[in-house]
Amino acid sequence: MIRTRILPILTVVAAIIAVWYAFAVVLNAPFERSAAERAGETISFTEIVPRTMGQQRPVLPAPHQVAVEIWETTAEKSITSKRSLIYHAWVTLSATLLGFMMGTALGILLAVGIVHSRVLDKSMMPWVITSQTIPILALAPMIIVVFNSVGVTGLLPKALISTYLSFFPVAVGMVKGLRSPETMHMDLMHTYSANRSQTFWKLRWPSSVPFLFTSMKIGIAASLVGAIVGELPTGAVAGLGARLLAGSYYGQTVQIWSALLVAAILAGLLVGLIGWIGGWLNRRMGVREARA
Amino acid sequence: MTNTAILIGAIVFWLAAWYANTRLAAMRPERGPMVTVINLAIPVLFGAAILALWEGITRGFGVPTVILPPPSMIWERITSSVPTLWADFQQTYLKGVVSGYLIGCSLGFLVAVLVDRSPFWKAGVMPIGNLVSALPIVGIAPIMVMWFGFDWQSKAAVVVVMTFFPMLVNTVAGLNAAGHMERDLMHTYASTRTQSLLKLRLPAAMPFIFNALKINSTLALIGAIVAEFFGTPIVGMGFRISAEVGRLNVDMVWATIFVAALAGSLSYGAIALVERSVTFWHPSMRSERP
Repeated sequence: MIRTRILPILTVVAAIIAVWYAFAVVLNAPFERSAAERAGETISFTEIVPRTMGQQRPVLPAPHQVAVEIWETTAEKSITSKRSLIYHAWVTLSATLLGFMMGTALGILLAVGIVHSRVLDKSMMPWVITSQTIPILALAPMIIVVFNSVGVTGLLPKALISTYLSFFPVAVGMVKGLRSPETMHMDLMHTYSANRSQTFWKLRWPSSVPFLFTSMKIGIAASLVGAIVGELPTGAVAGLGARLLAGSYYGQTVQIWSALLVAAILAGLLVGLIGWIGGWLNRRMGVREARA
Repeated sequence: MTNTAILIGAIVFWLAAWYANTRLAAMRPERGPMVTVINLAIPVLFGAAILALWEGITRGFGVPTVILPPPSMIWERITSSVPTLWADFQQTYLKGVVSGYLIGCSLGFLVAVLVDRSPFWKAGVMPIGNLVSALPIVGIAPIMVMWFGFDWQSKAAVVVVMTFFPMLVNTVAGLNAAGHMERDLMHTYASTRTQSLLKLRLPAAMPFIFNALKINSTLALIGAIVAEFFGTPIVGMGFRISAEVGRLNVDMVWATIFVAALAGSLSYGAIALVERSVTFWHPSMRSERP
């Protein structure tokens, strides 16, 4: 276990961090050189290296700078403070979760409709699939601004973008899942003279659960991206997207990287959580492995 | 008065389309050209009904164009501003998306082939690649804009990073897709690593690679458009969207979104066509032909 799985992962992580440090030195060195030139000094390589790690606005901040920034803005600030990353992460997370829940519910409803109605299937399914090939995220600024002009601000417009983004993967996955029972099983239900709702609750729904969780993992990752992008057009108010935007306005690279890293951790945790719940449920239900 | 007539007309058309669709769906011809016609007619009719309803409601209730312009107005805007839309398309799609997509996909493919040689690196790269594919990578857009400037190069850089990981993960998974029997057969032929890679494992990986190409075609467009929200010269689809939204020219925003949607589905369709001819042997393709 340790040798075959953990060790390779740790090696790759170490390699990434090493490359990151190397790039930090290479990319930040020109600034130090020109600073030394202006001061009329010559500077040797061994002098440059430590200085590239501690710049105020580095081209690429070193990993430990980002780690320190994250530590300072999470652990050392009170949660209610506007400079606390936990506060901003919560703003983004609440929109993500609300949108994700609405999107999942809608997606499941649509999938149930599509599976049970031939008209819905024939007329909606091609559009659902086509809509996956469209850069839906481009709609985000318009949704925010239009809702703003009607007077709806804050959580809901962002959550709607997340809804929209998580809706399609869940709908497509659930249609596949609700159709996954084999003909044999469907025939068995038929010989029991089970009606539609019995077939649905006792056969279709349980066999769609692995598919549901696979598509929910995609859905929540998309929701988070939607919430972050939804924070851009309102200007830098609150949320991880706002931190990114503010950082890019003022050239605060350390702030950008720390917001980015927190967003990455958040995404990893959310996807991991859903994967874990899915795995636990599958084991409880006696599914050996997700077939999706 | 005429607006009410339009609304009533739209509702009547919608009901008629719905009724026609129920009748069409109830007809179940076994095979032949009728199947294709019906499968095409129903979604087209449905789309037309939605458009008609959209037009009817926005005109009938006098919805302010700032909130939702009627489709006819959007279409007028599209036809009247073709040069602007074409310039934006050129800047975002032809320069940013295409170059980034090509570089990102081929880099991901190359790294996957390299990593595939060593089980150790494969075990390390796969979980991390899977994780990174789920991360909000668009967030690197402000950094890329700082590094590569406002022009299309920074957008291409975002696209490279976004398309790299899905390609890497899918190719590595695909290279393991060939069965044991086939591999043993190659072994008994005393084929070298390169031979078995080129003749067995790469062809077997093609469904996975095309899956990544299809995912990436959408991701690339999203990446380039979102990256333009962070800084751009005064041309490009993302710039057009954010600028016209600010001036509340919502019809122009919809026109740009229409172009983006068209570009997205056309490139997806083109890749799907190539896929059909390359992976004709795969069960998912075979089953479509009776």
